[in-house]
Amino acid sequence: MNEALDILTTASLWAAVLRIATPLIFGSLGALICERSGVLNLGIEGIMTMGAMVGWLSVYLGSDLWTGLAIAAVSGAIFGLLHAMLTVVLGLSQHVSGLGITLFASSLSYYLYRLIVQVGDLPPTIQPFQPLDIPVLSNLPFLGEAVFLQAAPTYLAIALVGLTAWMLNKTPLGLALRMTGENPAAVEAQGLDPIRIRIGAVMAGSALMAVGGAFLTTVAFNSFFPTMVQGRGWICIALVVFASWKPGKALAGALLFALFDAYQLRLQHVMDGVPYQLFLMAPYVLSIVALVLVARRAQVPEALMMPYRKGER
Amino acid sequence: MAPVGAVTVALVLCAGLIGMAGVNPLKAYAEMINGAFGSRLAITETLTRAIPLILTGLAAAVAFRSRIWNIGAEGQFYLGALFTAWAGHGLVGGLPAILAIPILMIGGMIAGALLLAGPVLLRLRLGVDEVVTTLLLNFIVILFVGMMVEGPLKDPLGFGWPQSVPVDRAFMLPDLVARSRLHIGLLVALSAAGLIWLVLSRTVFGAETRAAGLNPRAAAFSGIPLSQTLFLVSLLSGGLAGLAGAIEVLGVTGYVTTTMSPGYGYAGIVVAMLAALHPAGVVGAALFVATIFVGADAMSRATGVPSFIADVIMSVSLLTMLTALLFTTYRIRR
Repeated sequence: MNEALDILTTASLWAAVLRIATPLIFGSLGALICERSGVLNLGIEGIMTMGAMVGWLSVYLGSDLWTGLAIAAVSGAIFGLLHAMLTVVLGLSQHVSGLGITLFASSLSYYLYRLIVQVGDLPPTIQPFQPLDIPVLSNLPFLGEAVFLQAAPTYLAIALVGLTAWMLNKTPLGLALRMTGENPAAVEAQGLDPIRIRIGAVMAGSALMAVGGAFLTTVAFNSFFPTMVQGRGWICIALVVFASWKPGKALAGALLFALFDAYQLRLQHVMDGVPYQLFLMAPYVLSIVALVLVARRAQVPEALMMPYRKGER
Repeated sequence: MAPVGAVTVALVLCAGLIGMAGVNPLKAYAEMINGAFGSRLAITETLTRAIPLILTGLAAAVAFRSRIWNIGAEGQFYLGALFTAWAGHGLVGGLPAILAIPILMIGGMIAGALLLAGPVLLRLRLGVDEVVTTLLLNFIVILFVGMMVEGPLKDPLGFGWPQSVPVDRAFMLPDLVARSRLHIGLLVALSAAGLIWLVLSRTVFGAETRAAGLNPRAAAFSGIPLSQTLFLVSLLSGGLAGLAGAIEVLGVTGYVTTTMSPGYGYAGIVVAMLAALHPAGVVGAALFVATIFVGADAMSRATGVPSFIADVIMSVSLLTMLTALLFTTYRIRR
């Protein structure tokens, strides 16, 4: 059993935690922004898949890594716009539209990938982001390897948590966005347009989801393959509930989750004889448990999943 | 005529994608129809594919009508299949087929029903959104199936392939058409659709499920036992998806693998929506989706267009149908 505990003191575990958490941070921030404005975006799983494909493909076709991430973000925003058209403008079921977007975005990314890329025995690869060597910090004993040897997008994700929290809580834009999620009629009474705010929020949130997906193909792996998102989008949706729709808590949730995930990956090697599927199941089970734990005190945005129609009470 | 319009628009939109592959879309669609209906074998294949789709489509339709978002049909399918393979290998060994087959099917239904009962209870008791829990359970169940077919239920004669022990040959469903894979499961699926239609349109329970979906507060006010009704609906929905898995094992594969479903559970959602959640419409919609699945494979072989186009057509149809419902009397909100 000592071996199982020793894992916790290795720097590589903690480095893996940050790496595993990054796509979840991007994804749950994106979902959080959508939901805070009152729109559930179940397109997340497909949008992350599309982001993973588009980000990878852009780099494969010659753009640099950051441009790849930016193009992925644009692809996410486009699917966000589609979701917003259906749910915000037309007021259709957010559940069904979101699932439709997921099925559409993921099948379209597989289709386009197959169309454009010649796949042999192994999927083609790109040169992914490398760990950033930060002067002094990266050379610290233990902490250097555990925290300060990440690829740049990881730091971007963490910075975005602060930025999103600041935007939501300290700026007029954030106030309008939160109010749209609680009481869109009041927003309209202020002379603002809740419909536009929701469209903007869903597009921005979806762009973040896509960047989370692109992280998988430009940092964590170096190739794209179908079903690589593996339910991370759904886990993000659960994380947002777990975090009571607060960015800081979403970061904490993602890190906790990633710690668990990184730990089970290493535990697999220590504990022989236990079927590996049990370890792989753990993240999904954990997400369900997290949802149940917070169910009673979840502070759902009042107008979540309520389509807003002007002049209707 | 919303479904026809929606599908037409979807096919037109997807024609652009087929064009990108350098193939004439009309030729591609002709190849698809030919691949799905061009020969006796093709027709029976398409009908065979439609069987699980009718059942998962019914599963989604029944649940969605009551605003229970069962997205877990994929998991329920696998659990039903797993139970059937396990029980059909030894548990019901000595029984005559006429008894064993119904037992295996009902067992598969119970497995699927129990899998959905958990998330629905969590929603009714604690308010946990069942969309996320049923989605997450899909991953858990498929991993569980993997664990079983590589572990306790591994077929020792499977040449190392991760597949489960086979169902006793005596319990395999008889063919409906000689020299084809089409089995009498089609009749079971069609009866299920008829039965569900009767229950939903002609019984008090059916009216209550509809009321519970359309306006839960009014339904509760008029004395309908809301939680109880929704719980029964979820047992029915999960049971139908479990039955799909059981029948796929008994009719087609004879054993379980982790790749036996090309997404029947998720496709069931598309089927249900294209049918505007109507049980009779589900049969037609399932046939359409089966045509796309089978036709796209043949078309892909003939023209080189990636067969992923089938999933694209399906998902675009779902989105166009959702939009088309705006223009009809039936409207889904929230």
